[in-house]
Amino acid sequence: MIKISRGQRVLISGLLILLSFALKYLISDPVWKDALMIMAALIAGYPIALNAFRAVRFKIVGIDALVTLAVAGALIIGEYWEAAAVTFLFMFGAYLEGKTLEKTRSAIKALLDLAPNTAKVIREGTEIEIPAEEVMKGEIVIIRPGEKIPVDGTVVEGSSYVNQAAITGESIPVSRGEDETVFSGTVIESGYIKVKADRVGEDTTFSRILQMVEEAQDKKAKTQKFLEVFSKYYTPGIIVLAALVFMITRDIELALTLLVIACPGALVISTPVSIVAGIGNGAKHGVLMKGGEIIEKLGTVKVLAFDKTGTLTIGKPKVTKIKAFEGEEEGLLRVTAIAEGYSEHPLAKAILEEASRRLNDDLPAPEDSEIIAGHGLKAKIEERTILVGNRKLMEENSIDISDEIEDYIRGEEALGQTAVITAEPGKILGVISISDDIREGADRLIKKLKDKGIKRIVMLTGDNRRAASAIAKKLNLDDYYAELLPEGKVQMLKRLQEEYGITAMVGDGVNDAPALASADLGIAMGGAGSDVAMETADVVLMSAELKKLSYAIGLSRATVINMKQNIYFAIAVVITLIAGVLLKMVFLSSGMLIHEVSVLLVIINAIRLLGYGKEELGKL
Amino acid sequence: MTNKTFQLETLTCPSCASKIEAVVKRIKGINEVEVLFSSSKVKVSFDEGAAGEGEIKKTIEALGFDVLGVK
Repeated sequence: MIKISRGQRVLISGLLILLSFALKYLISDPVWKDALMIMAALIAGYPIALNAFRAVRFKIVGIDALVTLAVAGALIIGEYWEAAAVTFLFMFGAYLEGKTLEKTRSAIKALLDLAPNTAKVIREGTEIEIPAEEVMKGEIVIIRPGEKIPVDGTVVEGSSYVNQAAITGESIPVSRGEDETVFSGTVIESGYIKVKADRVGEDTTFSRILQMVEEAQDKKAKTQKFLEVFSKYYTPGIIVLAALVFMITRDIELALTLLVIACPGALVISTPVSIVAGIGNGAKHGVLMKGGEIIEKLGTVKVLAFDKTGTLTIGKPKVTKIKAFEGEEEGLLRVTAIAEGYSEHPLAKAILEEASRRLNDDLPAPEDSEIIAGHGLKAKIEERTILVGNRKLMEENSIDISDEIEDYIRGEEALGQTAVITAEPGKILGVISISDDIREGADRLIKKLKDKGIKRIVMLTGDNRRAASAIAKKLNLDDYYAELLPEGKVQMLKRLQEEYGITAMVGDGVNDAPALASADLGIAMGGAGSDVAMETADVVLMSAELKKLSYAIGLSRATVINMKQNIYFAIAVVITLIAGVLLKMVFLSSGMLIHEVSVLLVIINAIRLLGYGKEELGKL
Repeated sequence: MTNKTFQLETLTCPSCASKIEAVVKRIKGINEVEVLFSSSKVKVSFDEGAAGEGEIKKTIEALGFDVLGVK
């Protein structure tokens, strides 16, 4: 048998139908026109019947079987035109649906195509080209202008401008030099670098994003699950109805028409197409949303709770003032820095940075240090016990804070500073003020989110009350909750959920993983490169830009609206079809036409979503 | 329990998805089947002793869907 494609089949059967119409006017004998219609029906109907047969072998009656039965019936009762039209429309519809569905998936496919293919590595002193997935950890990779970086790694030599669009969605190149991190899938625009591979193959950030996007597009929305259950009963229901109608009325054409409309195609496809387009749009702009249910939640979120450090603020605290109550400023900085030597806390990093800037000597390591979570730490330095932390730490160790010192600390805190107190048993040595700059555009974002109708925007922070209040006032937040330990954040989120509804926690995903996990919705900012953030969060904003948050909420809303439009439309079509058939206004061919057109319209509506965000992201 | 993912040619109708799911589920030794419509994949979890990758692949192909790869 000659192998012909589905497209050709549709074309041939369509031409035969046209020819048959032409013959009707040319030749009065109906034999020729009927023969052509039958041929058209057989050519377009063959693959349908084949699929039906394959499924029936497994005792499954699908849409193919129903259409085949209807067409066979139509042929038997001499409705050749109806048979030809039904098969042609069914195949042509399937063809167009395939093409348009591809379009809804195009954004995700474009992302998959960004994966690096080859890598140039140095092995035994010479440069060789190998497939990207064969690079081994620790190897040195060379990347030249126009080439894709094949691994996540650290630049060991050279400098360059890198287009990180594959990860962050931002195509403005960023500068990357020695000791800086680069991501797989990003492209060198100019310059030349050698990179030591830290993560390779499936472990790279880019591969993980791809995996998550792939999984996300099939994570069903709640509405979708409901619709699937509905259609599970709808099809057999219509079949039973067709049988009853035939037995009662003996109207075979009516019964056959019911079979043709037994599959609520537009309804079943209404939500997955919107979700694929929505997730694809997000992925293209560096926003990963993990599935349909997440989109539904993000689209209806009522409360946004922001973590402070690294989210509303840049997350790189700096020392702004040192005040010694005993001895010299430099001496105070020195002991504090030594005590903080082993700490990973962002405040400790600020102090260590300041120390390396202002002090010329290498600091020794503390002899002993003990971290007291949420309070500070206790260290032993040159036979002295040094305490570095907040008021609670001082209280716990019964160190008195005099009125004069308390006034000073309050004054600093009112300016939005975090005061780190250094003491030894019995007396306060001094206070170091640290502040973290508010992210650019944070105030505009908060205003924009409120305009969008978010009921409540709050900040949760472990930082002191006065510093939190200063920031909350500056950004015009609805409320703030300060001095919270990690479990306090979790409790606060529960209260917000009970009081206002769906609550999202926005954080950097590293220090606030429990809070992200316990909120209705965890949103991680600047998630690229952080495993914890990418795993725990429901929504990952690859770059740490606040405007992406407002875009993500807007996109989810647009997706939910799109889904609803599709569902309402599809339900209207189902009702119209059943009513039309029973009232004898819709027959085999028109039933199939309405069915196919409705499916296409639903897909085309979803394609509109791919254009969302151009304006929004451009403006901020 | 073994988990395999079968990559199919692009799926264009959601009813194909439910068809594949229903048929594969009936193979003996199959624990769980999930057809991912948008990414055109079938995820199967099965008991290696009772069912085989080849059998699952053959069943899907008998329904008229090409299996492009198994992972």
